[in-house]
Amino acid sequence: MPAPAPAAGRTISPSRAARPGGLAGRALEFWLTSYRRTWRGSVVSGFAAPLLYLGALGFGLGSLVDQGGAGRVAGVSYAVYVAPGVLAANAMQTAVSETTYPVMGAIKWNRQYYAMLATPLGVLDILLGHLGFVLLRVLGVSAAFVAVGALLGAFTSPWAVLAVPVAVLCGGAHAAPVLAFSARQESDSAFAMLFRFGLIPMFLFAGTFFPISQLPAVLQPVARVTPLWHATSLCRELSLGTASPLVGIGHVVYLSAWFAVGTWLAARALRWRLVK
Amino acid sequence: MSRDHQGAVEAAEIQAGGPAAGGSPALIRCRALTKRFGDLVAVDGIDVDVRRGEAFGFLGPNGAGKSSTMRMIGCVSPPTSGELSILGMDPRVDGSLIRARLGVVPQRDTLDEELTVAENLIVYGRYFGMSRAAVRAKAAELLEFAQLSERADSKVEPLSGGMKRRLTIARALVNDPEILLLDEPTTGLDPQARHLLWDRLFRLKRQGVTLVLTTHYMDEAEQLCDRLVVMDGGRIVAAGSPRSLIEQYSSREVLELRFPEDDHARYAGRIDGLAQRVEALPDRLLLYVEDGEAAAEAVHARGLRPLSVLARRSTLEDVFLRLTGRSLVD
Repeated sequence: MPAPAPAAGRTISPSRAARPGGLAGRALEFWLTSYRRTWRGSVVSGFAAPLLYLGALGFGLGSLVDQGGAGRVAGVSYAVYVAPGVLAANAMQTAVSETTYPVMGAIKWNRQYYAMLATPLGVLDILLGHLGFVLLRVLGVSAAFVAVGALLGAFTSPWAVLAVPVAVLCGGAHAAPVLAFSARQESDSAFAMLFRFGLIPMFLFAGTFFPISQLPAVLQPVARVTPLWHATSLCRELSLGTASPLVGIGHVVYLSAWFAVGTWLAARALRWRLVK
Repeated sequence: MSRDHQGAVEAAEIQAGGPAAGGSPALIRCRALTKRFGDLVAVDGIDVDVRRGEAFGFLGPNGAGKSSTMRMIGCVSPPTSGELSILGMDPRVDGSLIRARLGVVPQRDTLDEELTVAENLIVYGRYFGMSRAAVRAKAAELLEFAQLSERADSKVEPLSGGMKRRLTIARALVNDPEILLLDEPTTGLDPQARHLLWDRLFRLKRQGVTLVLTTHYMDEAEQLCDRLVVMDGGRIVAAGSPRSLIEQYSSREVLELRFPEDDHARYAGRIDGLAQRVEALPDRLLLYVEDGEAAAEAVHARGLRPLSVLARRSTLEDVFLRLTGRSLVD
């Protein structure tokens, strides 16, 4: 067998290479290929888990809440109240799980980022390709959750459809800064801390299960700065059909700021890590 | 022109960065190329020209600056100072365009172990913007070349080290690169795997692919390289063809004498005048001579009775150890 002959004519299209980030689609394609091999495991965490929360807390615990002396939360059944919260929290959860261990792996274990960097792809292509994949994942789990939740009666307003893009934005607002954080870690030990002291407290106290007005007064401002609270609030306002344009725009701008600053930090972190 | 003279001229041209011979412009051109990491100077102002179609080697002990140089040439590590031009372009401006025409075999494999052998090739080809059809056809061809066709659909993780290395090389060829950069391509492989890899690299070279490799295996350098530079402490300490380096820095042959004692330095005085140079190692004496057999007879005539006598040709390893020393570098 002779060595492979060079193909007739160049099969490479370098013309698009000049624009930074312009080749992100090629990096995205890698993550999709990789996901085709591993999607089964993610069905449990991304799709089944939020439905379990909705079932156990929304319908199970919720039946007690709805009968409680204080009356309904926000004037709706507890399942309807909690569903958009679970939607936003699941978007956060998915985004963070896709930007912790996989990022560490792409730097230290399978080192896919380095493989990409040896090709026409640059740091920005690598970053945007990965973030694009994460957003697609969040879109998938969010759309599925809203669809199934609507069938179960947990989403009642047609506006709930708009909660899906908000969940995707919530994913970006978490994925980008967490990717920046992950790219700077030397080992995966910090991820446990991130989950324990970042994710879980946000999940429990940033409005997923009860209004933050129930928190002690000193903690309410803390909850308000978390991106999850903004995402939860907007998802809930859309889902209950109570959204006001001005407040809605405020939430979107706040989440977008996290996404944008996070992306900038992630680009810096990846450049620091990969280009030496 | 004497052989020595010729070697010296060649080396001088390389060191001075004279125009590449044959009139063809250098594919890779470094002038005073420098890479610093904080206070550490990894590459200290090197001048190199690599011409189209040749196999060029960077030799040196660990930490000599070989990999840093390769990463700069691979356009993934910006030079601290100096001039670097690859395929006539500046990596600082056109890194992506240059990388589109390079093949890179990194020191540590960057294969995706979760994907199959074929998927690794296809994913990689897509990074270069190849169409799905083109990359599939190319992958089949490359798997054949790397003798991995039977494993096309198995995951990478269980493959042997040699197979993974062959896959990495096949992957680096997916874009029909004009220059193939190989950073320690055969480190850690068994002899069979190494010879198979060398055979594949020879074929590529015959097709006109320019090979640039680093190695600390001298037999690999002698086998593969038309020209090479020896690096030590970030600098180039010698340059030339393997043959000319041996002529310049070693003798034609080496006589190895082993005596039944620990202190071989003691014998060094008793063979005075028999060799151009004598090196006393803890376990043997090395005599750098033109004619090993004759020197062995002369040793015998002086009444010395070594345990073992080995006359062999000088190798690049002799040159390497002379230039970079025998002490361990970590």
